[in-house]
Amino acid sequence: MLTVSHAGRRFPSGVEALRDVSLRLVASDFVALLGPSGCGKSTLLRLIAGLDQPDQGSVTWDGGSPAPGDIGYVFQDATLLPWATVEDNVFLPLRLRGLQRNAAMPAVRAVLERVGLQGFEKARPRTLSGGMRMRVSIARALVTQPRILLMDEPFAALDEFTRHRLQADLLAVWRQAGCTVVFVTHSIYEAAFLARRIVLMTPRPGRIDREIGSALTAGPDTRLDPAYAALVAEVSFGMADAVR
Amino acid sequence: MKFAPALFGLLALALWEAAVRFGGVPVYELPGPIAIVRAFLSDPAGLLEALGSTLFVTFAALAAAAVLSVAMAMGMSASKLAQAAIQPWAVALQVTPLPAIAPLIIIWVGDPFVALVVCATIVAFFPLFANTATGLASAPPELHDLFRLYGAGRWRTMALLRLPAALPYFLSGLRISGGLALVGAVVAELVAGSGGFASGLAYRILEASFRLQMPRMFAALVLLALAGIVLNFGLGAAGQAILRRRGLV
Ligand SMILES: Nc1ncnc2c1ncn2[C@@H]1O[C@H](COP(=O)(O)OP(=O)(O)OP(=O)(O)O)[C@@H](O)[C@H]1O
Ligand SMILES: [Mg+2]
Repeated sequence: MLTVSHAGRRFPSGVEALRDVSLRLVASDFVALLGPSGCGKSTLLRLIAGLDQPDQGSVTWDGGSPAPGDIGYVFQDATLLPWATVEDNVFLPLRLRGLQRNAAMPAVRAVLERVGLQGFEKARPRTLSGGMRMRVSIARALVTQPRILLMDEPFAALDEFTRHRLQADLLAVWRQAGCTVVFVTHSIYEAAFLARRIVLMTPRPGRIDREIGSALTAGPDTRLDPAYAALVAEVSFGMADAVR
Repeated sequence: MKFAPALFGLLALALWEAAVRFGGVPVYELPGPIAIVRAFLSDPAGLLEALGSTLFVTFAALAAAAVLSVAMAMGMSASKLAQAAIQPWAVALQVTPLPAIAPLIIIWVGDPFVALVVCATIVAFFPLFANTATGLASAPPELHDLFRLYGAGRWRTMALLRLPAALPYFLSGLRISGGLALVGAVVAELVAGSGGFASGLAYRILEASFRLQMPRMFAALVLLALAGIVLNFGLGAAGQAILRRRGLV
């Protein structure tokens, strides 16, 4: 679906964030980008989204450049419009594509239901908990039915209980939506729980050190599964190696 | 507890009255509160009309400052060139003392009412402008990225992101500028009043002081202070109400 090939990015400040990064994403993939702080994970996501351009290599989409709405983006903070209701926040991407409110509402309602927010359509962000705000943010990213969903440490600011619930719900949504997810995280446990492919990055300048595949199908008992423990151990060893 | 300010005020007024009455302070130096109230009651229509005139100038200036400042802040946030061009002039305007330029403005602008409004607008402009400019740039970069991701152009981003984000900043600027517009109107009237333009509260103050009608002068001052307080709290309450309706507080 999308190919990043030999991409490098050096900022005008002189910081070389990425060097020679190659990554291929296929349909319905779930890729975790795992690496220490400052290794260029966010930079790579921005290159994929087209918000920034590589100054070496390329990012190419199969079948031409993406249309607005082909990419969903979820940031570490929910970054909702504080003056807009939940449903208006989720309506925003469709509104920016020129849809009328009435025409968009069925899609908005449906996606809110999928993330478990029915009944909160008229609520304002400041009246919601952090976990619910993140659900709104995910709904906003999904409402255009993106081909690829980019998530930049979306659950890092949440408490562990909320994080576990959102991880499980994200997997359910992903299986149903069938889009490709690129999920940036600091957490080995989170990467091992969620991803099909775990991509380990080196410290700056960020390069892809290795990739670890996962055959796990995460469910309610996965965290007790020895296979999960083994995967966590494998990723931990890999990470220790990559950081060295 | 709730009545403490009122009680304190009454006590202070009583002490003031007693000091003036039994302390032998001549009325042309400091009139007591009762004399001030009497002076007001002897010509309420004249003083209130003057207050109305001053407030009219104040609100016209506040409206003009609001429109100008939002337009200029929007221009500035839309282009770096406009920002470089506008910013130093806005600061120059802010640091220019009104009494120094009011006579010029009154000479340049033929119509005295317009001249007063121009003066008060100059004073009221800067807080509104600075606040609005800050507000227009206050949305987090992630939201700007999101708007870019969905292909939103400059104007949609302005309408759906920058302007709504600027609203709370604009409203707190409006509250500050409200008081400044009143001060600006009075200062301009003081300058203009000596030039023969007679209608606002400041002119009544000047007139009364020339005639040594101290109680009347104090009545006009008290009226002005009350107007300032009501204006400040009124704008504050209106701003809060708007923010509450938007779900921001
Ligand atoms: N716009 C920019 N201009 C200059 N330097 C930048 C810019 N964006 C990122 N950098 C630098 O590039 C490096 C990689 O940044 P990036 O945000 O991609 O890291 P990250 O892996 O996402 O880190 P974290 O896990 O802390 O979010 C950092 O050293 C950062 O300071
Ligand atoms: Mg980052």
